[in-house]
Amino acid sequence: MPRRMTRRARPRATAEAPQETVPVRVKINGVEYSHNVEPRLLLVNYIRDVVGLTGTHVGCDTTHCGACTVLVKGLRGDSWVAVKSCTLLTTQVDGKEVLTIEGLAKNGELHPLQKAFWENHGLQCGFCTPGMIMSALGLLLRNPNPSREEIKWGITGNLCRCTGYINIVKSIEAAAKEMREKGITI
Amino acid sequence: MYPRKFSYVAPNRVEEVLTLLRKYRDEAKLLAGGHSLLPMMKLRIIGPRLVIDLKNLRDRLAYIRDGARVVRIGALTTHADIELSRTLMRDIPLLPETARWIGDMQVRNMGTVGGSLAHSDPAGDWPVAMLALDASVTIQGARKRTIPLSRFLKGPFTTALKPTEILTEIVVPKPPKGHGWSWKKFERRAGDFATVNVAAIVVPDGRGRVKNVSIAIGSVNPTPYRAVNAERILRGKRPDAGLLDKAAEMAAEKAQPSSDLRGSAEYKKWLTRVMVRRALEEALSRAGITLEMTQHA
Repeated sequence: MPRRMTRRARPRATAEAPQETVPVRVKINGVEYSHNVEPRLLLVNYIRDVVGLTGTHVGCDTTHCGACTVLVKGLRGDSWVAVKSCTLLTTQVDGKEVLTIEGLAKNGELHPLQKAFWENHGLQCGFCTPGMIMSALGLLLRNPNPSREEIKWGITGNLCRCTGYINIVKSIEAAAKEMREKGITI
Repeated sequence: MYPRKFSYVAPNRVEEVLTLLRKYRDEAKLLAGGHSLLPMMKLRIIGPRLVIDLKNLRDRLAYIRDGARVVRIGALTTHADIELSRTLMRDIPLLPETARWIGDMQVRNMGTVGGSLAHSDPAGDWPVAMLALDASVTIQGARKRTIPLSRFLKGPFTTALKPTEILTEIVVPKPPKGHGWSWKKFERRAGDFATVNVAAIVVPDGRGRVKNVSIAIGSVNPTPYRAVNAERILRGKRPDAGLLDKAAEMAAEKAQPSSDLRGSAEYKKWLTRVMVRRALEEALSRAGITLEMTQHA
């Protein structure tokens, strides 16, 4: 019986049979989801329209603005990395874990990044914020103590059209400090 | 924006990929990181019937292997893998620096070096850096072959890859210890494609002169090119400012840029000269070669 639980027992698209729909199983913010999806379904549309988590935004839909940024675990070894979910097929994260902005707060407590954006006025209209925070988290997981220059470099893939970059950088600096001091990551 | 409908398959072995390519040929596309392919599919520039996702081959084709004379890089290695590689920072620092300037952090986490080379965008960064390093590529089809990158890049979005072949590895010779290098990418705004991108490697002879030099230039021709004439006049010399100007001028001669949103052809040609000059200065300085002071009469 336990053999059935192994990865190989799962239905998979193989060379023998190119498929029109594909089964995907993804853990998003700790919750397992499984669906049959069209292969062309983009990850951002899966997250928003199928799973119903609309915190992840679609801005430009052309890999520029970063509003759709989420973290994925299992793409590069075991670390969480930031990706633009408008430029991934849902099937590319099959069997992996995804973290969206909704998954950051724990037990009603905001994540230090969310708190820092609030306290430092790191947003105006807020449209870019979910992506901005997820990118910042991707950066801080790799580099917990970035210089101001490294923060700027880390968020080049995220556009804010309210021209709020100064406060965004300040927010990330403040969050990095709190995360280091309290040993918080995700 | 959705791509056109397609069938999808994610094989577990390279042989399965080849079987599918032989069956579908031009109607199939290989998905590596997808950061050139998916945007093109979303914009409906292309609409493959079959997408062959290579995600299950990462265990086999994503690696950076340190050899005695070369570093072997698996085709599915991401830009981020290269950016953060200690082996490459130590032995071929041009490569992590090239990676650092590609797209943005999120793009670098997905995009792959093999995908970029096989895509052969005239403004791509990897073709330029790899050309300066005299890299070769290994291609798997009915048989396996390794060819120099200069013969692999055929034109805009065109390579020596047959529809039934897959790029599996990039073989990069290590430049000698103590070499100088430079990566100069001019971009209008952070994360943009290059207006012009230049890679330079300078090998010193230990007596203050240039033993060997390579200069590769991208974005201003249908394919990146080596500035062979400029390289020739620098070899064996301890350059002065005048010789650098001359080399930069010669390097830009072959540029045939087109006017577009990134600038006029005239501007880009001038920019090529400027960026080559800056790349040479930086690479020479890193190689420990100081410029000959010219006497002014």
